[in-house]
Amino acid sequence: MTIAPQVPVVDIRDVKKFYGSGDTEVRALDGVTLTVYPGEYVAIMGPSGSGKSTLMNIIGCLDAPTAGSYALDGLEVARLDERQLSIVRNRRIGFVFQSFNLIPRTSAQAQVEMPLAYQGAKRQERREKALLALGAVGLADRAHHEPNELSGGQQQRVAIARALVSRPSLLLADEPTGALDTKSTQEIMGLLERVNSAGRTIIVITHEHEVAQHARRVVTMRDGKIISDEANAA
Amino acid sequence: MTLLEIIRFAITGLAANRLRSGLTTLGILIGVASVIILTAVGNGSSQQIQKNIQRLGTNSLTIQQGGGGGFGRLSRNNQSSARRLTVADAIALTNPNAAPSIKSVAPVADANVTCAYEGSSSTPQNFAGTWPTYFEASNDVIRAGSYFSNEDVVQGKHVIIIGQTIVDDLFGTVDPLNTQITCGGQPYTVIGVLKKKGTTGFQDADSIAIAPLSTVQQSITGYGSINSIVVEAVSAPATDTAQSEIAAILNARHKIKNPAKTDYRIFNQASLLSTTSSNSAVFTVLLSSVAAISLLVGGIGITNIMLVSVTERTREIGIRKAIGAPRGAILGQFLVEATLLSLIGGIAGVVVGIIGSHFQIVGVTPVIVPSSVVLAFCISVAIGLFFGGYPANRAASLRPIEALRYE
Ligand SMILES: Nc1ncnc2c1ncn2[C@@H]1O[C@H](COP(=O)(O)OP(=O)(O)OP(=O)(O)O)[C@@H](O)[C@H]1O
Ligand SMILES: [Mg+2]
Repeated sequence: MTIAPQVPVVDIRDVKKFYGSGDTEVRALDGVTLTVYPGEYVAIMGPSGSGKSTLMNIIGCLDAPTAGSYALDGLEVARLDERQLSIVRNRRIGFVFQSFNLIPRTSAQAQVEMPLAYQGAKRQERREKALLALGAVGLADRAHHEPNELSGGQQQRVAIARALVSRPSLLLADEPTGALDTKSTQEIMGLLERVNSAGRTIIVITHEHEVAQHARRVVTMRDGKIISDEANAA
Repeated sequence: MTLLEIIRFAITGLAANRLRSGLTTLGILIGVASVIILTAVGNGSSQQIQKNIQRLGTNSLTIQQGGGGGFGRLSRNNQSSARRLTVADAIALTNPNAAPSIKSVAPVADANVTCAYEGSSSTPQNFAGTWPTYFEASNDVIRAGSYFSNEDVVQGKHVIIIGQTIVDDLFGTVDPLNTQITCGGQPYTVIGVLKKKGTTGFQDADSIAIAPLSTVQQSITGYGSINSIVVEAVSAPATDTAQSEIAAILNARHKIKNPAKTDYRIFNQASLLSTTSSNSAVFTVLLSSVAAISLLVGGIGITNIMLVSVTERTREIGIRKAIGAPRGAILGQFLVEATLLSLIGGIAGVVVGIIGSHFQIVGVTPVIVPSSVVLAFCISVAIGLFFGGYPANRAASLRPIEALRYE
């Protein structure tokens, strides 16, 4: 343990997210406090509807909380304007979804190049980085395939390559293996582990204990609250 | 994010839905092409009318039998007291003191006869007995042979000058000069052939035969009244003064007290020209507004398709935002898509419009108005920007999480 205070990647304090009002009010998040330090590998578990995705979307700057504060890399997110938010999403965060969320009729190469294109990177640089990222997920030979020509596991790997290509400090994955079979699940989990050992912070939502096993820390949620937060035994 | 990148994204977006993009483009194409073609038709027809009138001579005035004011319609009730036009009227108009604006006068006696030559025959639409001054006043120029002279008129010579249609009907390839033809049973020697004038609607200006007045009166119409008097003013601007001089002389000779109720009518080519050109301006405006409406409809088509496209691609917009697309890039992409649609439609419309204007349309040869091409093209691009703006802005304003959740 080092004594030097580290700036947390994620510093969430008493965050609330309510949908609707009055009788129909839904408290998706009801006072969540969570701190994640650089290099951590955190799994978030909990029953369906407990607020995991809601929390993840707030961490990924896709959604804004109703109350509470959120600092990313020490940066107060609520103070950022739209343009700054898009830069944060582009450079600091990589997001992987359960449903892959690839853009239809677009080659794997172009998908992975896209975050770099929005950064304004040069064509040559983009191509090289994209091919490197595709190589890292073992899909160098599928660079010109479109999503409908790829298996689920391959599509998810393209999505991971896209999330990692701009070297974000934080990788978020919302049930990344939820739509995959056991073999693809193992491949993806192995991939995430390698990414983590390279020093990147990872937060994964999952229902499966085998998946949670890979993480160093498991956070459990219920009814919009964190009910346990412990280091993984393994 | 460079503009080139945005354009590349936009092209990919359009290419993903070729049929729909094509149909939207077609809407703009039709709009732009119809603006160009319809204004060309309007312009062409007004030029044609003006050319026809000019061909008759803008300096000339024609006096005809019949009642009313300058252009009034025939009023039957004063027909009893009406005097007919005579050669004496024409001679009165040649007085340079009473009518200083008049350069020349030609009385005309029309006849409806058939001309024949060696078995072929032809009925001139216009068979006129007149004076030599007629040729200049009515812009009839000979291409071969000669005009007849005042001598020929005085002596009542049987000479004739014919138009190209009569030449074609009677002679084919034979040289008509100095041959003898018969018209209304009388022999005439062809001494001249007129230059071609062309067709004006149903009127064939080349189906014409002109002979000395006295000859026609003696053998066909008799020495009574004549049908019309063609007057040439000293200049085009002088036609209006010439018209009032004619009215003064004829009113005195025909004992007309109320100038609104005359027994003759004066046709002024110059004023006819200005009325017809203002009429055809109205016609052109009408055509252009029809065309403008179709361009507008094409523009609404763009909004419609872009709205559909934004809705259909809401998730894609969400994904792009989640990976860090700035608002400007999304706005740009959809704006460029809309503008590309209208630009392609505009260019194709200009091409179709220019090609289409090379064909005759309902007997009119279209004449392209260059400003209509530029205008239609610019408007189509502006339409893309304007009508694409709303859907593009809607796409750019979507919150990433809402767009991602969109089903
Ligand atoms: N846009 C919304 N409008 C209203 N209620 C919502 C909305 N999004 C989520 N909720 C509600 O918030 C609660 C938490 O939803 P969330 O998606 O975070 O659950 P989850 O833990 O991810 O569940 P799962 O494991 O099934 O994915 C649920 O009760 C859900 O109905
Ligand atoms: Mg969820």
